[in-house]
Amino acid sequence: GPLSERRLMDVRLGELPAWLATRDISLQGLLEGVQKAWSSYHDKYINVRRGGPAGISMLLAGYCLLSYGWNYQHISKISFLLSL
Amino acid sequence: VLHSRPLHTTQQCLAPLPPLPEKGGQVRHGLIPEEFFQFLYPKTGVTGPYMLGTGLLLYLLSKEIYVVNHETVAAVCILSVIIYGIKKYGADVAAFADRLNEEKIAKVSTVKNEAIKDLETAIEQEKKEQWRVEGRSYLFDAKRNNIAMLLEANYRERLLMVYNEVKKRLDYQVAMQNLKRQKEQDHMIQWVEKNVVQSITPQQQKESIAKCILDLKALSKSAQAAV
Repeated sequence: GPLSERRLMDVRLGELPAWLATRDISLQGLLEGVQKAWSSYHDKYINVRRGGPAGISMLLAGYCLLSYGWNYQHISKISFLLSL
Repeated sequence: VLHSRPLHTTQQCLAPLPPLPEKGGQVRHGLIPEEFFQFLYPKTGVTGPYMLGTGLLLYLLSKEIYVVNHETVAAVCILSVIIYGIKKYGADVAAFADRLNEEKIAKVSTVKNEAIKDLETAIEQEKKEQWRVEGRSYLFDAKRNNIAMLLEANYRERLLMVYNEVKKRLDYQVAMQNLKRQKEQDHMIQWVEKNVVQSITPQQQKESIAKCILDLKALSKSAQAAV
């Protein structure tokens, strides 16, 4: 279909900038996009009859990675590493 | 409250909501969705993602992008404990949660089933009432017959009463007439006898007695002669 109506997974790599241009970049559009992604994640992994550890473990792993990335500057300083 | 499935997106549909899916998206090793492995399968086969993971890990470690510090040791211990716990008690906890869910669903469905049963019995009774309505004509015929019989019986009763009353009055008249005639007869007889007795004077009585004696003597003589 047309470029603006395709989802991220269906966009080819070369078309990525063009696809980004068609997206709704305003604040409300961004919030709506985040909300949609959150709810689709929930529907896929959490709102099921027999879920498992996969639902929250992925969220926790993502949180771990994110916090490591935020603290990388501090952790990699030599003073921090020598103080252990 | 986390936003659940988007409701009210389409026309207001009053039918029951679609049930929750049975199982979530497939996830390998609890961390990486299955779509990643399928994404890499055409180009690299089955071992592709694992090689990618190993290469990435070694690159991060060697380039010191991931710094090994005390938190690494803590993370390893915590993860091992968590994984051991999940592997050992996961099935039991899942069974327990499923049982709770089943109980909730069973309670609600009993309510639903009872409501359905009540409505079905109400429908059957309604149908029975409708069937009874058809028999109304028979009922009215029977009632009409009853009433006709009552009227007939009442009429005949009154007829009998009238007959009896009239008969009593006529009997009275007849009895009166009989009595009068009887009385007249008796009176007449008495009067005749009284007059006859009065008319017999003593003289005539002596003469009749003498004559009777003479007759008797003659009869006795003739009787003696005959013997």
